[in-house]
Amino acid sequence: MSLSKFKFDKRIVLSFWIILIALIIAAPTLLPVFRLNLLGRYLSLSIVALGVDLIWGYTGLLSLGQGIFFALGGYCAAMYLQITSSSEFPNNIPEFFALYGVEKLPFFWEPFKSPIFTFFAIWIIPALVAGLIGFLVFRNRIKGVYFSILTQASLLVFFNFFNGQQKLINGTNGLKTDVTQLFGQMVGSESMQRIFFWITAILVIATWFFAKWVVRGRFGNILIGIRDDEPRVRFTGYNPVIFKTIVFSIAGGLAGISGALYTVQSGIVSPQFMTVPFSIEMVIWVAVGGRGTLLGAILGAVFINYAKSLVSEALPASWMFIQGGLFILVVTALPEGVLGWIQGDGPRNLLQRFGLKRKIETYPSLEVNNQEGNNE
Amino acid sequence: MNNKDLLNLKDITVSFEGFLALNKLNLNLKKGELRAVIGPNGAGKTTFLDVITGKVKPTKGEVIFKGKSLVGRKEHKIARLGVGRKFQSPRIFENLSVKENLEISVSTPKSPLNLINKSIKDEQLNEIDRLMKIVNLAQKVDSKAGSLSHGQKQWLEIAMLVGQKPDLMLVDEPVAGLTDEETDLTADLLKSLSGENTVVVIDHDMEFIRRLDSNVSVLNQGTVLCEGTMETIQKDQKVIDVYLGRPED
Repeated sequence: MSLSKFKFDKRIVLSFWIILIALIIAAPTLLPVFRLNLLGRYLSLSIVALGVDLIWGYTGLLSLGQGIFFALGGYCAAMYLQITSSSEFPNNIPEFFALYGVEKLPFFWEPFKSPIFTFFAIWIIPALVAGLIGFLVFRNRIKGVYFSILTQASLLVFFNFFNGQQKLINGTNGLKTDVTQLFGQMVGSESMQRIFFWITAILVIATWFFAKWVVRGRFGNILIGIRDDEPRVRFTGYNPVIFKTIVFSIAGGLAGISGALYTVQSGIVSPQFMTVPFSIEMVIWVAVGGRGTLLGAILGAVFINYAKSLVSEALPASWMFIQGGLFILVVTALPEGVLGWIQGDGPRNLLQRFGLKRKIETYPSLEVNNQEGNNE
Repeated sequence: MNNKDLLNLKDITVSFEGFLALNKLNLNLKKGELRAVIGPNGAGKTTFLDVITGKVKPTKGEVIFKGKSLVGRKEHKIARLGVGRKFQSPRIFENLSVKENLEISVSTPKSPLNLINKSIKDEQLNEIDRLMKIVNLAQKVDSKAGSLSHGQKQWLEIAMLVGQKPDLMLVDEPVAGLTDEETDLTADLLKSLSGENTVVVIDHDMEFIRRLDSNVSVLNQGTVLCEGTMETIQKDQKVIDVYLGRPED
C-alpha cells in the first residue's frame, strides 16, 4: 500500500530532477514553436493536477468541479489583457462589447485595469470561491460521492451562467487573448509564447515544492488521516472542516494559476473550460499518474495530454477510446496509478511473474529487517 | 452531584426514531476512578460513549464534564476539553507510521497554522518516546501502523489515547482479539493509568473486568441496572437474570 507519502530512492529523485531541468532548458531550442507551445500548455495543466492531487490523493475529496477555479483564473488574466489592449476600440472598451451595444464598461471590469490587482486576482479569487464553497459543504459534513456530485453541479451552474452573459464577458464566445498586447508585445507572438513557457516551467516546479511543503510533516499527516478516517481525526481534537477548507482553497488557487497560464498559451478563455468532461479529465490525469504522489500528478497531466494531441493528429476520433481504456486499466490493474505502481515494487513483482528475478526468501519481513540492519 | 465528580450523566435518553438506545441513564464518575461498564449486546454501551464524545446528541438529559455541559458541543471541542476515546476495533491511521500516529495525538495546539509552520516540540518528542516504550512499540517507530499485528494496533491506539492527555479516557473493548497474555498486560496498563486519569472501560470479557479490580456498572436496555464491585454485582439477582445467566440456562 503506497498510498501514503512519497518515499523514493534519493538518487532516482535527483537524477529525475536533473533530466527534467535539462529538458526544460533544452526544450525551447529543440522543439518547434508549435510543439513548445503545446508543452507549455500541458505543463500549466499539471498545476491544476497538483491541486487535484492535494485534495483527492491526500485528503480524499474527489472534486469534479475544478474547472470552475481553472476558468476563473483564466478569465481574470483575459480580462486584464483585453482591457489593456482596448485603446483603439470604441469607448476604449474591449471590442466585443460593441457587438451587444454595450457602451460602458461593466463595473467588475474596472479593477482589472490594474496589473497588480490582476496578478493577485488570478489566484486569490478562485481560492476564495473554493474556500467559500468548501466551507459550506464541509461544515454540513457532506462527503464522498455527494461531495463529488455537488462539485459537478456547481460546475454546471457556473458553466451555464458564464455561457449566458454575452453583455458582461462575451458569453459562449469567450475572451480572446492571442491578439492582445502585453508590455508592448503581442501575446500570441513567438517570443511572448517562449516567455510564457519559461514562466510556466518555473511555476510548475515552484508549485511542486509548495505542495510538497503542504503534505510533509504533521499537516500532511492530518490530511491523510482525514482521507482514511475522518471521525478519528475529530475525536483526537482536530477540526477537519478547517483543514479541508484550507486544502480545497489551495487547490482552487492552484487551479486559477493553471487556468491563467493555459489561457495565455492557448489564446482564449471560454466557458468550454467549465465543461464536465474537462474537469473529469483532470481527475484521470492524477489517477493515471498516481494519486498521493505529487510527481505522478505532473507526469500524468503532461504525458496524457501530449499523448492526446499526438494520437489525435494521427488517428482522429480514437483518443476517447484510448483515454477510456487508460482509465479502466488504472481502476482495475493499477489502482495507485503508474507512479504508485512503480513505488509499490510493481516492476519487480512483474519481473518475478516471468521468472526473471529471484523470489523473496520465505519471510519478507526478515529481508526487510536485514536491509534496515545494513543501513545502520 | 459533588465537587469531586469529573463526569455526571443525568437522565440521558437517546431515542433513535422511537427506539430508546439509552433510557434515563444516570452515572457519576469520580476523578481518578477506574470504572468498568458491562452489559449484554444492545444494552447501549457504545451509545453511552457516543453521547459523552458528542457523536450522538441525547434526546433528553444533561452531560456535565468538569462543570461544563457537553451537550451540543462538536466532537473536536469535547476532545480538546479532555475527553479521549479508544474505539472498539482499533482505529489508527494505517497509512502513517507509528511515530506519525503518535505525533497526531500529542501535538498541541491542534490548529492548521501550528501544524504546517512549526516542527514538533522537543517535549512532545520525548513524550512519544515514552509512550512507545510503555506499549512496547519502540522497535516499530517507522513501521507503517497498518503493518502492525492486531494486538500492537490496539496498544498503539491506547498510546494515542494517553498521548492526548485526556482527563477522561473512554476505552471501548480494548482486549477484543488479544491473546491472554496481552489481555493481562492491557489490564495492568489501564490500572496504572487510573489514579492520575479517570478511565472508563467497556468490555464483555469477564476475566479481564475481574482483573481490573474496579467498580462495575451494568447496563441493560439503556439504563444502569446495578453498580458495585465485581463480587456485589455477581450476587445481584437482576444482573444474574439479564446478563450472567442462571446456571441451568
